[in-house]
Amino acid sequence: MPSFIKAINSQVGRKIMTGITGIGLMLFLIGHIVGNLTIFGAPEAFNIYTKTLEDLGPLLYVIEAGLAFFFLYHTILGVSIWWNRRKARPEGYKKYQTKGGPSHQSLASKSMVYTGIIILVFLVIHIWTFKFGDTEMVKLASGEMARDLRALVIEKFTDPLYAFGYTFVLSLLILHLSHGFWSAFTSLSMKSKEASKKVQMGAYGFAIVIMLAFIFIPLYIYFTGGSCDAALISCN
Amino acid sequence: MSKDMTIHLKYWKQAGPDVPGHFEEYTLDTVNEHMSFLEMLDVLNEELQLKGKEPVEFDYDCREGICGSCNLVINGQAHGPKAEVACCQLHMRNYKDGDKITIEPPRAAAFPIIKDLVVDRSAFDRIIEVGGYVSVKTGSAQEANALPVEKEKSDEAFEYAACIGCGACVAACPNASASLFTGAKLAHLNKFPQGEVERSNRAVAMVDQMKEEGFGDCSNFAECEAVCPKGISISAIAEMRRDYMKALVS
Repeated sequence: MPSFIKAINSQVGRKIMTGITGIGLMLFLIGHIVGNLTIFGAPEAFNIYTKTLEDLGPLLYVIEAGLAFFFLYHTILGVSIWWNRRKARPEGYKKYQTKGGPSHQSLASKSMVYTGIIILVFLVIHIWTFKFGDTEMVKLASGEMARDLRALVIEKFTDPLYAFGYTFVLSLLILHLSHGFWSAFTSLSMKSKEASKKVQMGAYGFAIVIMLAFIFIPLYIYFTGGSCDAALISCN
Repeated sequence: MSKDMTIHLKYWKQAGPDVPGHFEEYTLDTVNEHMSFLEMLDVLNEELQLKGKEPVEFDYDCREGICGSCNLVINGQAHGPKAEVACCQLHMRNYKDGDKITIEPPRAAAFPIIKDLVVDRSAFDRIIEVGGYVSVKTGSAQEANALPVEKEKSDEAFEYAACIGCGACVAACPNASASLFTGAKLAHLNKFPQGEVERSNRAVAMVDQMKEEGFGDCSNFAECEAVCPKGISISAIAEMRRDYMKALVS
């Protein structure tokens, strides 16, 4: 029996860990978008949601540390698997093409490392902008004070650089997720052809829904100017 | 009556493992559509030798798709364009007059080039050596029905046992991974009660040896399944992952 450390560093273990961290990150994306969409709820909903998270205190730090670990581990594994191919094939082919059929070689699968790195760089900017961005304090109906992150989001997404920059990077999610979702389950030993086909269809659906939900926020705010007259933005 | 075709060839020439290789070009004007791909290469070598040139080395044995010796990368595809066909069974009728064909050896650090299009695939043998066998007691043969095998498992094992070890999976994988080969060898033994006993040790040893030999990681591209001349599915890789995980708790 191999030690746990040896096992997770084996070629099988590395792929399984990539799958596990990938599934964890996809669950996070679902939670994140559900929270984000509260910006279209009651005027206070988004600030109540963000305050609830901040009020978790030390538990929030634990969750953040866990997420950071998942992101970093997933990235390190992905980059190292990609990097190892140079050692495994020092001289490439003059001509190379997929044979099609059951192959999953596609723009999505071949660009995983690039879309992943872009998303990671984006993540740093995203955290810097919103978690550590300057905000006014606002008084909630309950009388408690909270950071007015809602105003910050609207301010940033009325700026074309942020609105279209976010839209571009989040659009890449469709590529990363449409292969990543299927690949994660395949890494976790999904075997049957029928299940594989269904999971691939699920991957396309998941990727489209998540991408559209994420890019809807910056685009809607930009094109409505964050105005209180917009159908989905209520200010009072 | 079939007409002769003109085929423009571009093939890899390399004098030995430690010298740099290069492409050479040659145009054949007498290619018949009934020729196999390897017969076309025989004609090439005949012409080269008649002109006093060195022939192109390429691997072959049975020429009927079962030995796994041939494994050329033809126009960027292991074993050429046809699904579930080894290049010795690929016929020139799949090409048309005037076509350009680039022929390269399987490229992987674990498959060093011996000469031209011939590579050393003994890395596969070493993966087998560490666990690709079943230990049995010597003596008289056991009674045939002493170890019943379920029909489903037997059929599945047979599908994985079809692997001819040609290395097309490695050649086509963007990461030069040997996961399909190793998975197939593991699964075909692990499906039987005789192989069940050593299942965990076998999985760990063969997976570790794969890395030791310098093959890359699997990235689930499934290109290996697409090029496998025996149509072995990536379910073999799923079996390998399951066996490896089970070994952790056994």
